[in-house]
Amino acid sequence: MEKVAIVGVGQTTYERRKEDTFDELVFEAATKALADAGGEIGDIDNIVTVSNDFWDGRTISSMAVQDAAGSWDKDISTVEGDGTFGVLYGMMRALSGSFETTLVVSHIKGSEAVMNLITNAMFDPIFHRSLGVDATSSAALQARMYMEKVKATQEDVALVSVKNHKNAMNNPHAQLPMEIGVDDVMKSKMLADPLKLLDCSPISDGAAAVVLATEKGAKRFKKSPVWIKGVGHISDAYTLGYRDLANSRALDAAAKKAYKMAGVKNPLKDLDVVELYDAYSYMEPLWYEGLGIAKEGKGVELLKSGTTAMDGDLPVNPSGGVISAHPVLVAGMTRIVESVLQLRGEAEKRQVKGAKTALAHGINGACGQSHCVFVMGV
Amino acid sequence: MAEWLDKVENVYFEGRIKVPYKWYVGEVGSRFLVALRDKKELWGTKCPKCNKVYVPPQKNCGECFVPADTWVQVKDTGTLESFTVVNYSHSMQPDKPPLMYGLIKLDGADGSMLHLIGGAAPKDLKVGMRVKAVFREKREGNILDISHFAPE
Repeated sequence: MEKVAIVGVGQTTYERRKEDTFDELVFEAATKALADAGGEIGDIDNIVTVSNDFWDGRTISSMAVQDAAGSWDKDISTVEGDGTFGVLYGMMRALSGSFETTLVVSHIKGSEAVMNLITNAMFDPIFHRSLGVDATSSAALQARMYMEKVKATQEDVALVSVKNHKNAMNNPHAQLPMEIGVDDVMKSKMLADPLKLLDCSPISDGAAAVVLATEKGAKRFKKSPVWIKGVGHISDAYTLGYRDLANSRALDAAAKKAYKMAGVKNPLKDLDVVELYDAYSYMEPLWYEGLGIAKEGKGVELLKSGTTAMDGDLPVNPSGGVISAHPVLVAGMTRIVESVLQLRGEAEKRQVKGAKTALAHGINGACGQSHCVFVMGV
Repeated sequence: MAEWLDKVENVYFEGRIKVPYKWYVGEVGSRFLVALRDKKELWGTKCPKCNKVYVPPQKNCGECFVPADTWVQVKDTGTLESFTVVNYSHSMQPDKPPLMYGLIKLDGADGSMLHLIGGAAPKDLKVGMRVKAVFREKREGNILDISHFAPE
């Protein structure tokens, strides 16, 4: 089968209120990715934009940023959802044989809309939306269900916030680099019990872009390729109550597909670095279990063992993760960008020494309804 | 270039989208809401393959991908599977904070139903506690015809 590589990556810094327009953010990320690849817009066959009409405040918002994405005289198509799914779609376009190179861009300005109102709108309008539930309150329901199941305390999951905010201090793009302790998390404002402010990711603005190429397409660029070795993407039930929120079977299935394709037998041993979607602190140990780096119910144990710390056997979120910057729609692509930098040895102060195989993870929908897993290597 | 062009005063444009919708609830959802409104009864649909009872009802079982075409009445009592107390306020919320939400496994149903919890202090909520639906006096055929679930 034809292989697909990532040959260029670009990202803006992530901040609460960036003084750039949507177009400027997209243009910055896209031109950075092209420059990183050592190519130009003429080397790109087609464009995929990742966007969401509610966040952008206009319908078919993808078309509005097409000029900034460089799609004049090119084919452009859209993914509404997390950036990992945009990269997945771009990869499929390459594998279809129609295009040798694809530029995928994603942007968000979370600061310009009201997060709670918009995430309320992801719920079923008839049976759930009028209850006023949103991303954070639904995550709180998942957090409690998971923490009760594995008997984790609030202090236990706060360790994710401590670890990842500290890692963010090594990442110049992160929004919340902080040296904090479990006490600080515990003392922060209770938003939706058991989730406190420092258990939650911030509202962020920013953009990211990647250049994808087939083996033939990769020859157009100077940068040595990082290959996508395996990918898996699986969805679970839409309705929260019809899903086991404390057991991510969709992530489990997605990860297994990706591992099979990539020849990963023992993920804890075979992976060198993981970038996962920790929108809320409890998600990281829950996703450890889904990714199979911890057995079911043992995610918190793995966290407490230090295995996933910067100096552990399998560092998770050296970038600081989503809890340190949460550009919705972009965040999963950021995980891919960070993984590529790790594999090239270009992750500077957050570099995991000798990283050969990396995993990037994205989620779509409330409480991780859908998961996308990429395994990459050089 | 004119000198004033060097200095930028940031300008924000305030927009607001208000687009009315009218959603057809569907035959299955309509039956559910009418029973709630007129009889204070909770009904679900049962999958013939996995026997799961969905409340609110689904026309099809998502898991087995077959029609869930048997109607089953479930109780208005259930067990709290998870809960949260929301301390922030936004215009989409039906009430002032603190707002309590629960995932309630109704007796006779599979899975759980998301709804508001009331008639209890936040500190008294516990996973596993028994709750019962409290119906509104004036019911209009929507999910808020159940005002909330209260400790049984």
